[in-house]
Amino acid sequence: MTQLQIEIQLIGIVTAVACALPGVFLVLRQVAMMSDAISHTVLLGIVIAFFIAGSLESPLLIVGAAMMGVVTISLVEMLVNTRLVKQDAAIGLVFPALFSVAVILISRYAGNVHLDVDTVLMGELAFAAFDRWQGWGLDLPRSLWLMSVVLLLNGLLIGLFYKELKLATFDTGLAAALGFSSVLIHYGLMTVVSVTAVAAFEAVGSILVVALMIGPPAAAYLLTDRLSHMLGLSGVLAATGAVGGYWMARWLDANIAGSMAVMVGLIFMVSFLLAPRRGLLALVWRRRRQRWEFAQTALTIHLLNHEGKPEAARENRVTHLQEHLRWKKDFAGQVIRRAEAGALVVRKNGYLVLTENGRLLANKAMTH
Amino acid sequence: MIELLNNLLFDYTIRTVALGAATLGLVSGALGTFAVLRRQSLLGDAMSHAALPGVVIAFMLTGSKAPLVLIVGAALAGWLGTLCLINIVRYTRIKEDSALGLILSVFFGLGLMLLTFLQRSPDARQAGLDNFLFGQAATLLERDVVTMAIVGGLALLVLALLWKEFKLLSFDRNYGSSLGFPMQVLDVLLMSLFVIAIVIGLQAVGVILMSAMLVAPAAAARQWTDRLSIMVLLAAFFGAVSGVAGALISSLGRNLSTGPVVVLCISAIVLVSLLLAPNRGLIWTWIRRVRNRRRLRLKPVLRDLYALTNQHDNPYYPHHIDALRTTTGGGGVRWTLTVLEELGWVQRINQNHWALTPDGLSEAKRLTTGDVMRET
Repeated sequence: MTQLQIEIQLIGIVTAVACALPGVFLVLRQVAMMSDAISHTVLLGIVIAFFIAGSLESPLLIVGAAMMGVVTISLVEMLVNTRLVKQDAAIGLVFPALFSVAVILISRYAGNVHLDVDTVLMGELAFAAFDRWQGWGLDLPRSLWLMSVVLLLNGLLIGLFYKELKLATFDTGLAAALGFSSVLIHYGLMTVVSVTAVAAFEAVGSILVVALMIGPPAAAYLLTDRLSHMLGLSGVLAATGAVGGYWMARWLDANIAGSMAVMVGLIFMVSFLLAPRRGLLALVWRRRRQRWEFAQTALTIHLLNHEGKPEAARENRVTHLQEHLRWKKDFAGQVIRRAEAGALVVRKNGYLVLTENGRLLANKAMTH
Repeated sequence: MIELLNNLLFDYTIRTVALGAATLGLVSGALGTFAVLRRQSLLGDAMSHAALPGVVIAFMLTGSKAPLVLIVGAALAGWLGTLCLINIVRYTRIKEDSALGLILSVFFGLGLMLLTFLQRSPDARQAGLDNFLFGQAATLLERDVVTMAIVGGLALLVLALLWKEFKLLSFDRNYGSSLGFPMQVLDVLLMSLFVIAIVIGLQAVGVILMSAMLVAPAAAARQWTDRLSIMVLLAAFFGAVSGVAGALISSLGRNLSTGPVVVLCISAIVLVSLLLAPNRGLIWTWIRRVRNRRRLRLKPVLRDLYALTNQHDNPYYPHHIDALRTTTGGGGVRWTLTVLEELGWVQRINQNHWALTPDGLSEAKRLTTGDVMRET
């Protein structure tokens, strides 16, 4: 690997982790689509700040974009508060309008500067490494500096307000009762999202910001039940997606941001299918197992019911089960085989007799 | 203005663009009504982003840029995205908002990846595919508009034929199931119609802003009516109007993409509707609130004057305004009295003394009987 390749991957990793950390709370608080809205509207903030500052490198751009993020939230809340539109429609109304204004402003008045809409959408990670900053004896890409600061800030904020965020996310009522302002936490989180989105957009584009904020946390959400683990896992998955996406892009000679989004999607898909307890396969397997367990329990209850009674001779015959429990022949045969294997019943010249275990199971099932 | 109208009628490009934008506004407005009512406004956003890889793959497979080919590709991808979405929500604990964002960004990322992959290959025929990002209405041809109109017309026909069923689905799904309608099938069908509405607009408005065309006309129409049929017609009308207006305005300036202008037009219609619509509009509600507040003050003052006169034999006995000030409390008693005087319920005897009129007496009696009191 050349130094350039390493640097691009580093930018990708740092950006991915910086996005994934606040993303965890977006996913858990069910406001994930706000990241989509914000990542679009920050463009307007950037454009306006660019007109004021006259340069694309001014820190004013980040301030402007962060403010536009807050404006977006406020507009959505304002619309919802009128009770004339629902929240989903409010989001769907606000961000296309603001984004349209930004697109028109860019194409009309900023056509000749390096601020075209394609870059905002797709980013150009491949070129991000050429714009360099020196500091502390290090000569690194500007994006790497910027994203490292954002990552550090996000980590610091989440560390500092970990308890508050956790409480407000999982028990809004208790948080309010204890005097934490949920509004403040909400707006604080959204400001963090805006700042992250604007810092990241230049390198990776706004769509990848959404993918990185939602994808890794959603995948991690299926793998763990602990917030701290979810944060860590999200970071690891996001970094994996960044590196994997970079190599896929190189292999296909395609856009890096798009490839990273695809890689994040693949990671989610793997988690969706294979997650140990919440994955699709685990779910299917669990349902199958429950089906057999239920059938075996039904069998033991049936046997117990007639055990030692005069009709037992008729009812507890192996062949009778199909009639009485309305099981198909194959199914009945399988249930009996499984029950025998589990030492719940034993076969005695054509009759089924409960073992001690089987009797225990039936009793337990009935007393529940 | 005359020139604009002239252009609309006789300039081929502008006429085609305006017709195309009107068609997509009409179709997406009508269908979007159901998306908004069912709180699936953001579904359109996900679907339109998800359509991008479909466009690119359709081109890669066929090498053709015929509108119908691309529309089919977009529709299939949008549909696939929706299917993923439904299954993620059904089989995991991930909520709809996260699933939407995930599908949207991953599919869009795939589209970008494939698009750039194509662009770097020497084959030049792919040029123009990236118009699907923001739409390039100026590149619309007559055959594109015809395709849009036919596909959109079919979607609207399905909507008309299954009107009752979709209405049931939107307002009382469980009742529909109990009547024996296949709600699951209808749900998928309606989503497929959304996909159609979206894909026919992609070329003109682009994947990023297309969702607004689904949401905004319906959100505006919702403010003016409580009836579904009228709402659908209004939304279609708003959509078509903003399409034509957007096409015309963008033809005026250089470097004005049609998509964003159309979105701004429909956003303006939404804003006006939110403010001005009778009954629901913000200005209307504000006026009503002020009027109610005033009416609330009128009643106590009249009631108290009546209570005071009850202590005398003469029901029209004049009372000093200070007496009313102590009983009713609060300010504005004199102002309230002048309003009551205008209504003919009290009369001023001299500077500070007021008395009931016969009308006022009967009104006060009516007010003090329990039912009317509770009514307010």
